[in-house]
Amino acid sequence: MSGLALGFLGSFGDAFEFIFQGQQSPLARGEVGGPDRVWDFLVTHVALSAAAMALALAIALPLGIYLGHRGRGELFAVAAGNAGRALPELVLIALFVAFIGTGFDNVTLALMILAVPPILTNTFVGIKQVDRTAVEAARGMGMSERAIALRIELPLAAPTIMTGVRTSAINVIATAAIAPLASVDTLGRFILAPNVYGDAGVIAGAILVALLALTVELCLAGLQSALTPKGVKLQRQALETA
Amino acid sequence: MNFFLAAEESLADKLAGDSSDQCIQDNGAFCFNWIAENFSDRYVTPTLEHLYLVGISVILGFVLAMGMAVLSHRRRWLVPPFIGFTGILYTIPSVAFFFLLSPITGRGVDTALIALTAYNIQIIYRNIVVGLNNVPVGPKDAGRGMGMTGPQLLWKVEFPLAVPEIVAGLRIATVSTVAIATLADLAGGGGLGSQIITGSNITFKTNILVVTVLAVGMAVIFDVIFLLAQRRLTRWQTAGESTGKSSRRFEAAMARSRAA
Repeated sequence: MSGLALGFLGSFGDAFEFIFQGQQSPLARGEVGGPDRVWDFLVTHVALSAAAMALALAIALPLGIYLGHRGRGELFAVAAGNAGRALPELVLIALFVAFIGTGFDNVTLALMILAVPPILTNTFVGIKQVDRTAVEAARGMGMSERAIALRIELPLAAPTIMTGVRTSAINVIATAAIAPLASVDTLGRFILAPNVYGDAGVIAGAILVALLALTVELCLAGLQSALTPKGVKLQRQALETA
Repeated sequence: MNFFLAAEESLADKLAGDSSDQCIQDNGAFCFNWIAENFSDRYVTPTLEHLYLVGISVILGFVLAMGMAVLSHRRRWLVPPFIGFTGILYTIPSVAFFFLLSPITGRGVDTALIALTAYNIQIIYRNIVVGLNNVPVGPKDAGRGMGMTGPQLLWKVEFPLAVPEIVAGLRIATVSTVAIATLADLAGGGGLGSQIITGSNITFKTNILVVTVLAVGMAVIFDVIFLLAQRRLTRWQTAGESTGKSSRRFEAAMARSRAA
């Protein structure tokens, strides 16, 4: 039992050594790993994910707000969400590699396709679920439809929209880990090329990818809380204590 | 250990070398002759492995989530830590999860199953909790008034009324697991992803299309099965609404029987 425990602790120890100091490569001559290399791959991983998320937000957010405000296209918004779930990440990357091409721009597009459905569905549902009396009150005060959508519905729908954004972000970071299959060197490269980086590199890559995902999730959860209007929080507390 | 990114000769090149088929030579997307010749050798076993991964991990996830729901039902304080812990596991990307487990559980189907099950627990448990919370007070009070004990109330009133949400959770879990299980081959678990990952098959268009059709097809079939189950199991809901189709049918039947 203790042998087993020490065994896997050793593997994780090697992984940390790989991250902070670098190690001898098992096949190729020379050093692999180390903070500089880790930093390079981390930057690519984050840049790729951020680019995909920015594009997805630019498409899904306005579209979701428009459809939700008009109460139109429910079938489309919900079907997009279901279709997005049914399309495997690996298959999407493989389709891009085989038919469209590899490299940073192509993978960004692939990840964007992955990120759009949850944001679109949640924005649509969030906007549509906004209390109609609040919208009627705004209309009665003479607000334009645009102002109603952006200043009444959007803030009230923020928690639901952020749930979709979190789902997308985690999915994008996870899928960016297999981007090396499409020749983009993210943190996943440590995992997918064990002949270069060794077992320690594989586990180091897994630790780094997991930590990145957890960090982003934590930050977005904080952002979600910050974006939730005070009134909505109070309402929720009141409902819970009731 | 597989070398996923090794500079191997790609399947497309390999096949083009020893195939006289023009379609293969050109790396075509619709080489139906090749599919007909290779389907049973290349795709049947991975499809069955995939079904195994999905089936076992959804069943295990459901059983464990039900256990957690029963535990946390009487002890409400357990709900936030359960949601939090499974939420953390859910956040860890599957690729990372597989290799974080590998020093402990080795490589193979079991490692893949552990990770997939963890994701399913999160999805299903969340839905069970929502379902139980949404049970109206009326039926619970009625059950208590009839002298039901806590467990009786849970199994005979609360769980049956939460069935729609629980089935919705199973549906989401199953469809997402079909997708995530394509990565199980990285953990040594096989499945449809093995046809993409192993042997640099990723550039061979026909192969990628076959895997896409199989994986997406499997997800859609599961989705439809659960959708139909959801409809069947929620018939009483529509019957309860006075404007519901079934109640109108019921009224029509009553009117006819009265006329007879």
